[in-house]
Order: sequence, then structure tokens, then C-alpha cells
Amino acid sequence: MTNETLHSRNLERARESLLAPAGIGVGELDQVMGRMLGHQVDYADLYFQYSRQESWSLEEGQVKAGSRHIEQGVGVRAIAGEKTGFAYSDEIVLPALLDAATAARAIARGGREQTAALTARNASALSLYEPVDPLMSLEDAAKVALLERVEQEARRLDPRVKQVMASLGGSQETVLVMRSDGVMAADVRPLVRLNVTVIVEQNGRRETGSSGGGGRADYGYFLTEDRALSYAREAVRQALVNLEAAPAPAGTMQVVLGPGWPGILLHEAIGHGLEGDFNRKGTSAFAGRLGEKIAAETCTVVDDGTLAGRRGSLNVDDEGTPTQNTVLIERGVLRGYILDRMNARLMGMAPTGNGRRESYAHLPMPRMTNTYMLAGETPPEEIMASVKKGLYAVNFGGGQVDITSGKFVFSASEAYLIENGRIGRPVRGATIIGNGPDVLKRVAMVGNDLALDTGVGTCGKDGQSVPVGVGQPTLRIDGMTVGGTEE
Amino acid sequence: MGAIIAKDKETSSLEDLAAQALDLARGQGASAAEVNAGFGRGLSVTVRKGEVETVEHHRDKSLSVTVFFGDRSGSASTSDFRSQALSEAVLAACVIARHTAADPYNGLADPAHLAREIPDLDLHHPWELSMEEAIDRARRCEDAAFAADARIRNSEGASVTTHDGIDVYATSHGFLGTVRASRHGVSCAVLGEDGQGGMQRDYEYASVRDARDLPAVEEIGRKAALRTARRLGARQIKTCQVPVLYEAQVARSLASHLVSAISGPSLYRRSSFLVDSVDTALFPAWAHLYEEPHRRKAMGSAPFDSEGVETRTRDLVKDGVLRRYCLDSYSARKLGLVTTGNAGGVHNLMVAPGPDDLAGLLRQMGRGLFVTELIGFGINHVTGDYSRGAAGFWVEGGEIAYPVEEITIASNLRDMYKGLVAVGRDVDYRHNVCTGSWLIERMTVAGA
Repeated sequence: MTNETLHSRNLERARESLLAPAGIGVGELDQVMGRMLGHQVDYADLYFQYSRQESWSLEEGQVKAGSRHIEQGVGVRAIAGEKTGFAYSDEIVLPALLDAATAARAIARGGREQTAALTARNASALSLYEPVDPLMSLEDAAKVALLERVEQEARRLDPRVKQVMASLGGSQETVLVMRSDGVMAADVRPLVRLNVTVIVEQNGRRETGSSGGGGRADYGYFLTEDRALSYAREAVRQALVNLEAAPAPAGTMQVVLGPGWPGILLHEAIGHGLEGDFNRKGTSAFAGRLGEKIAAETCTVVDDGTLAGRRGSLNVDDEGTPTQNTVLIERGVLRGYILDRMNARLMGMAPTGNGRRESYAHLPMPRMTNTYMLAGETPPEEIMASVKKGLYAVNFGGGQVDITSGKFVFSASEAYLIENGRIGRPVRGATIIGNGPDVLKRVAMVGNDLALDTGVGTCGKDGQSVPVGVGQPTLRIDGMTVGGTEE
Repeated sequence: MGAIIAKDKETSSLEDLAAQALDLARGQGASAAEVNAGFGRGLSVTVRKGEVETVEHHRDKSLSVTVFFGDRSGSASTSDFRSQALSEAVLAACVIARHTAADPYNGLADPAHLAREIPDLDLHHPWELSMEEAIDRARRCEDAAFAADARIRNSEGASVTTHDGIDVYATSHGFLGTVRASRHGVSCAVLGEDGQGGMQRDYEYASVRDARDLPAVEEIGRKAALRTARRLGARQIKTCQVPVLYEAQVARSLASHLVSAISGPSLYRRSSFLVDSVDTALFPAWAHLYEEPHRRKAMGSAPFDSEGVETRTRDLVKDGVLRRYCLDSYSARKLGLVTTGNAGGVHNLMVAPGPDDLAGLLRQMGRGLFVTELIGFGINHVTGDYSRGAAGFWVEGGEIAYPVEEITIASNLRDMYKGLVAVGRDVDYRHNVCTGSWLIERMTVAGA
């Protein structure tokens, strides 16, 4: 399928499911836009959304809970300079749309009602996933059976496994964006995930391990390449490692980060600081530093919304801009920001396809898609061999950043000591803290083993959650602060 | 019976909707069902550097239904209240219930525990706030922050928000409870520059049920500025083991970790470091934590829990000993215990204050770390291991010496509770958990 045919099919489908039931056509949309476009409103958009999601969860060997959620609505936004007026309605009907438009445009005074004659141009969009419906891709009984198989696999692996919690979730979201510049875009977005957490117990000591994955696909994703069961094995492996773990050390040391999910470091330490809103307002520690060297020469970092089937990918962002592969840091030099349309316009730059929102009831903001560091040339064994004493962090729980001071923190859920170039005993409770603008300058070695995460990341900003991806090769970073309990 | 008070239209239509959903569930053959229906509206305005940044009008509604077919259950929710959407949601819940496993612990709350009277807790004080007035207040708040300290040069803005909502909970065994509540807030976050290229950000906020209880917006702006300015020039400290004083607004998280560790699901999954700990001394003998769900106008007040179970003032920790868990009906049945009215969480968890104010606690600590901000998620609830990023102040001779950042503080929650030295009388009432500052005997601080 070419991009044009997928996008025009998605547009047709979005119009049919979102607008047609309310009898909203081009004339009505013009009327709503016209209400907002006075001479002080620079830009306006309408975001229609219909989403269906479900989740099934297992504990104690049985799927005891399931839920389904249906949500629809329209968000109406008017922008005048740096001012944004926003209103939304969970009823897609013309009177509600007009009310929302009246409320949204109130930020701009003196605007006279116009008759906007919008000649809708269809945006271009990518073709990174099919408009499949995960909820219908498997019988309900088969969803339950899948979770039961995951549970059985985890228990089969080791008698020390005492609890298995697994959940399966899927959603399909149809969105339609109508902009005041006449562009119309649509997307039909499937998303699935499967998570497993196990608790193991040995001599009264309990530890936990978690794993999971997913992407923009239907549930068939978990049935191929043995994925579902591999998550169970990974969760058990991690939990058993933690049973042997000693308290983590505290202090400054060399840290080797494993490939894949530890890329959350880039997301937290660098990515958020490069989001356009913070830089336009000068509240990020990276503000005004384009063209400056902010990382070791071996570091190139991108935000790429165009990876087929990935959790963080989008055919078109929530403002109708096709996603792209944006170079943020090139060979150590800061090259670009993560931009939505409003911040791009105010900064005199081009939007990068990063305007995202949690739903119609939230305002779009610059958000990451899939953020990762490109591979270097060093084999990972060589990196490990170069460390006399340090910490090897393989998996992380979560992380957070203060974008103003640049300070970030994240917690290792699986980590080991490194002694004389070898992986030593596992440690628990290690937290790594650092300074965003400084941390990539401390990257001493970059592995040749780039990996992306398995598709479990959710990023929160200003109370809005969106699915994202992260990735990186093995990295050695010198002089990081590790927060454990052992001096 | 007292006087019959006419219900407003919104409340009755929401109650009717809940009744309809229960009827639909019965019509599908469900043996029992429960419905939550909610409606809310609000306004939120942000002013940044004196200019309006965003004006958001909120209007949300949703209905969720859980159906039971004997011991099987299924849930669904919808934001569309039209009758077809409602039928579809109920049907979706019923379809799910066909595939879930029978669980003998499932079901509605025991009728004996349901709230019989629903006291008015004075939670509903709608605020007729116009956009212009909201903008004016936000502007004055931010102006006060800029005026308070010359080093405050940038801002994330000041916001004024108001929200008014109705929540209805209804069950097939006859419970109908409606709570109308409002929530209003003012917040301000500003940035300061230290002159050497370093920036800091901090904030201040107020959150109340009744707008008349809001402090002056200028006061909030000034506090935001002072909180930010005092962090300028922060540095790392060397790795050490010292006493740590948690400022009230971060100490709250330590009480929340306790609640999470003694909540039903963590216990029956045995995924908590506090399994089998009821009747054991977790805290020093003077410590007292209790729930006070019927506090008038309080942020965490609730006349009944999310299953309709009666809420009342009850001890959680008394004389340092954990007296009970936090259970809903399901987890109580699984554990062979009785619900504690904690479906949906705790309601105004109060940590009884000690005699000292913050200055007194700083003096008592003498030398150590005063923490005002925590970041990251380094808590392992299974083991109690605790390690979080922190910022705050180094304290010498009982007084703040200089600001500190880029450090972690680590210990185990069990040791931290046991090592609680004092709780301040500087109680922060802005949340569901109300506590003063906590002085902890000893933690590992990791830094340079």
C-alpha cells in the first residue's frame, strides 16, 4: 500500500466514524473554523478522536478482571501569538463544536467572525502500521488463554516463582486533524502491550522482576517469535538475579549502561531538555545552545517517529505533521530541537512532527517519539574489559528530570558490580543521578550493539501520558553518581 | 426525616443515568452491578511573563460499570452518555464477564458495612470565576514572584484553576451515594539565575475546596520566588551517612509509601515489605497516624469509600504499632479480614504533629541534610529498598548552610520508619495525606 492510499483510506474512515454520524461536513467545519479566525487568531485546529481500549489482567493463575473503555470527543484550539485558547467536548455535534470554538477564541480580543472557506488539502502521511483493530484480532477466550500460558511458563521455570501478574492491553484510536491552514490529516493507530511481573521467594526473601513489550500492531505480535513467553522468561531471570543481589554501592564511579531500555537515560537527561517549549521559554538547561558541543564526538542522538510498527511511531502527529527522523545531536554537537507547530513558528524553525497530545481533552505539546543513540564502533566486551571498578546497569525502572537544573535520576532494576573488567555480583537498589548537559560529555565509549527497547515506554509530561520508544548501544560513562546504601 | 431538598438537575440526571445502567445490567442477566458516574467542569488559566499563555475550559464526563455474574466480573466505561453508548458499555462489560475466571472473593461490599447516612462534608463551594478575573489573579501572583527577588528572571507561569464536579456511586443492592465537590488552586513556578550560568526552578501552590480559603495570590508568588532563589548556587556534597530532614511536602511521600505497602493487593500478592506486620512496632512508640475522612472542607474527605462503605476516623499506627491494613472488600475477603473502608485509598491520612516547628527540627538535627525536593522512582515495594534523587540544603549547627543538588538519599523504608526521630507541627494540609516535616535518624547520601 502506498502512503497516499493508506492516508486517504484513513481519512475516509475517520470522516465516516467521527463526522458523518453527527452530520458534520465541510460546510460545518468551515463554520466552526470561521468562528475562531478573527484577525488576532494566527492558527486554529480541531482534533477529533475516537478510541476503544481494553485490558485483561491475570493474577494467581486466573484472569479475573477485564475492562473495556470507549472515548470520543473533539478538542478545539485557537492560537494568537503565544496565547492558546482551548476547549473540548465529548459530544461530537455542531452546537458543542461551536460553543467550544467560542470559548477557545476568547483569548484573542477584537476578532471578527469570518467565513473561512477552507479548501481542505490532505496532509501527507507515512505508512508505518496498518489500521488493524487489536481488540478484534483475537477471540476474547484466546486473550485469556495467552495470559494463562505466560503465567504457566513463568511458574514452570522455577519453583521459587510465587506470584505472577500479567496484563494484556490493546487499543485502536482514530484521529482526524483539521487545521486553519486548510490541511486535513487522519490516522488509525493500533497499539498493544503485554506486561509480566513475577515475585520470587527464597528463604523468606522476596524479589521482583518485570518484562514486557508491544507496538503498533495487533495481538498477533505476541504470538510470533515466541514473544509472549520470552517476556515471562525474562521477568523470571531478572527476579532470580535480584535474589542474589547485595546492596548497591554509593559514590562516584564508572558506569556501563547496557543496550536498549537503558536509553531511558537519553530520554530523561537529553530528550526532555531539547523539547521546543522549554527552549523557546528559556527554561531548559539546553536553551540557546544550538551548534554547541554538548556531547562526546562519538555521540549521535536522534528522535525518529518513522520506525515501522514501533510503540513511539506515528504516521502523522496530532497536529497533522508527518513524523520524521530528527537529528538532535550529531557527533557531539547540538543540532535540533523537538518541535510542535506552535513552538516551531515562534522559534522560526520547521515543525518536526512531534506535536502530540494524550487525547482530545489535552493540548498538544512537543513530545518525543522513539529517541535513541546511534551505534558506535566498540564491541561491548571491550567496553566491559576497560573498567576496573564500576557499575553495570542493564535494566531500569523509571527516571525523572528537572529540565531547568538539568539534574536527572533513574533507578536500576538490574545491575552488577564490575571488577577488573568482569561482571561481578548483582546489586539492588542502585539509583543513578547526573546532570543532563554534562552527562554525554562523559561518554567514554560507545558500543556497536545498538538496540531499541521492547515497546513498554510511557512518557509523562504536564500530566499527559504518551507511548514512546528508547534505545542505545552499550555505553561507558565516567564519573557518575551512584546512590546506594554501601559506602 | 428532615426536609426534602430539591436536587439540582445535573445531580438527578446523573443519578438517573446510573440507575439506567444498573437496569441494563439486570436486563443482561447480571446478578449484581455497580456504577460510577461523574461529571465535572472547570477553568484553568496560565499567565507567563505577564501575558496570557493558555486558557483551558474543561468539561468531562464518564460512566463506568462493573457487572457480576455470580463470581465472574467484567467492567467497561464510556464518555458517551447517549442510550446506545450506555447499552454498548454495559454489554461490553457482560461479554468480558463471560471470559473471566470465577473468583469467590468477587462482589459488592457487604450491605452491613455500607454508609447509612451520607454526611455533608462541606466540600462543594463553586467559584464563579470569570476568565478575566482568573487572568488578573494569575498575573498578580507572577508579578509578586518577579518583584520578590532580582535573581528571578524567568517563569513557567502562574496558574489559577477551578473545578466543580459530581460523583455518583450506585449499586444493584440499593446503595446510592452522591458527592458534589469543588477544588480550586493557585500555583506559580519561577526560575532564578545564579550569575554563573546555573538555573534553578521551584514553585508554590495552594489547593482548597472553598476559594475564600485561598491565601493572597501575591503570597504564593513571593513564596515561589523565595523557594527558587534559596536554591541558587547549589552544589554536590560528598557521600556520607547523616540525619535527613524531609520538608512536610516531601515527607508526605513517606506516609504514602506506608499506605501502599499495607494496602490489600500488595498484601495478598505478598508483594510488600510489610506483609504480616499488623500489630508490630513499625515506628517509635510516640508515632500516631490516623484517618479522618469526615474533616470538613479537607482535600481527602469522603463520606463513603469507592464501594459505598462507611468511612470513619480510625487509627492506622498507634503507639508506633501498625493497627490495621488498608483494605477494600475484595482484598479483605481474600485475607479473611473485614473491609476498612479503604476502597479507592485513604481519606485524610493525618500524621499527628510533634511539638517542634521546622526551625526546631533543624536545630534538633544539628548537622545533616534538609530535603525539599525528590525526583525519580527508586522505591522497591517488595523489599522496602529506597533510593531517590534529592535536592535541598546542607545544615550545620542547626541552620541552613548552603543549597545541595545532584545527590541521592538511600536506605530501607523499614529502617526509615523505625528511625523516625520527630514529626514537625508545620502540617501541610494541601493533600489527602497531611503531615509536618519528618526527621530521619540516618540515611546514606551519595554525592561526589
